[in-house]
Amino acid sequence: MSKLIVDARGRSCPEPVVMTKKAMDNNSDSVLEVLVDTEVALENISRLAKGRGYLSEINKNDEEYIILLKK
Amino acid sequence: MGKEKRLMLLAGAIIGIFSVVLVKLGNPVNMGICVACFIRDVAGALGLHKAEVVQYIRPEISGFILGAFVISLGTGEFRARGGSSPIIRFCFGVFVMIGALVFLGCPLRMILRLANGDLNALIGLFGFLAGIVVGIQFIKKGFSLGKSYKQTMANGYILPVIAVSLIVFMLIRPAFINFSASGPGSQHAPFAIALAVGLAVGILIQRTRICTVGGFRDIFLLKDFHLFWGLVGIFGFALIGNIIFNPTAFRIGFVEQPIAHNDFLWNFLGMFLVGYASVLLGGCPLRQTILGGEGDTDAAITVLGLLVGAAIAHNFGLAASAKGVPLNGKIAVVIGLLVVTVVAVSNVYSIVSKNKKERAGADV
Repeated sequence: MSKLIVDARGRSCPEPVVMTKKAMDNNSDSVLEVLVDTEVALENISRLAKGRGYLSEINKNDEEYIILLKK
Repeated sequence: MGKEKRLMLLAGAIIGIFSVVLVKLGNPVNMGICVACFIRDVAGALGLHKAEVVQYIRPEISGFILGAFVISLGTGEFRARGGSSPIIRFCFGVFVMIGALVFLGCPLRMILRLANGDLNALIGLFGFLAGIVVGIQFIKKGFSLGKSYKQTMANGYILPVIAVSLIVFMLIRPAFINFSASGPGSQHAPFAIALAVGLAVGILIQRTRICTVGGFRDIFLLKDFHLFWGLVGIFGFALIGNIIFNPTAFRIGFVEQPIAHNDFLWNFLGMFLVGYASVLLGGCPLRQTILGGEGDTDAAITVLGLLVGAAIAHNFGLAASAKGVPLNGKIAVVIGLLVVTVVAVSNVYSIVSKNKKERAGADV
């Protein structure tokens, strides 16, 4: 299974969630690693992932979050 | 009903009831909370425009910024950041304010007007939704104002310090600050209560992320109703509050609505401009004040754009009144629509061609 990195750091609302959605639509069998640096983006992406049946694992790294998403 | 949905409805309900209470305590009718009107009043109080009926330092504005500032410091979310197309954000802020002052209210006041029977706000809502839908087409094609970057802490403190300065001006009332003797600027809830409500709303919105633009945008773009439930709470409880606390002022119709006009086309186009520019900015005027309090200096620049937009709207005779929309205001809305479109088209064009180049480079 391939892994795709979506770097949404520094992006303002709603870009991180739109970038993640596009990556999900185009790579449904990949594991996604989404990088964000605001809690708003983290919440929005977690909600999107839950709605689409993805399992999400969140790791906090300093002031950034790494969200691992897999089906 | 899910827990998250209940919380959003509850937060919206509190904001809706606060809005009704502020009117009961002295704010102009349907103006319990209106970010555009309040920033316009602040612009007048600071002497940035000379419209004598709309000059007052609305403590609610300082409250929104400082509420978000304090709570984001507490939760560790406060982070000084910026550098994402600040001059475009400033410019869009100016046009959001012009659109709002042609309609006579920010999107939140639009909801509050609707909750008191003003059907002109329904026309405004249609325009607002249409503007959001058009803006979303650019977002889908890759529209982006670019990345923001970490900044030194002092950057993030500027807007909160301005908010504190406004409170100080309010307390010591220096001669250079103007206060309306009549008109909407003279109508206000007691200072301490308005500030307290502003702080509470700032905290609530920082925590829940409620945004009048985001509520609709997320439905169209992501089929996500999360933020929308907050707006439902605001509308529903402002409606109930109006009927309970002020039944004589509740009137369904288009004519003789308080601080409103019934020019359909310009109510529609004014709010179209607000929805269009705001969705590309990533949030409504209220949300921008909250983000500004959290250290987002791009949002702070947008708030300054709103302030300057209010000054321009009154100095150039663009702002509407109960009598209707002046010609200059109509011209300004059309210019705003053109400017936003040119920025959006050129932005998408440069992003698409950059992506193509990168892909071509990767293939080599």
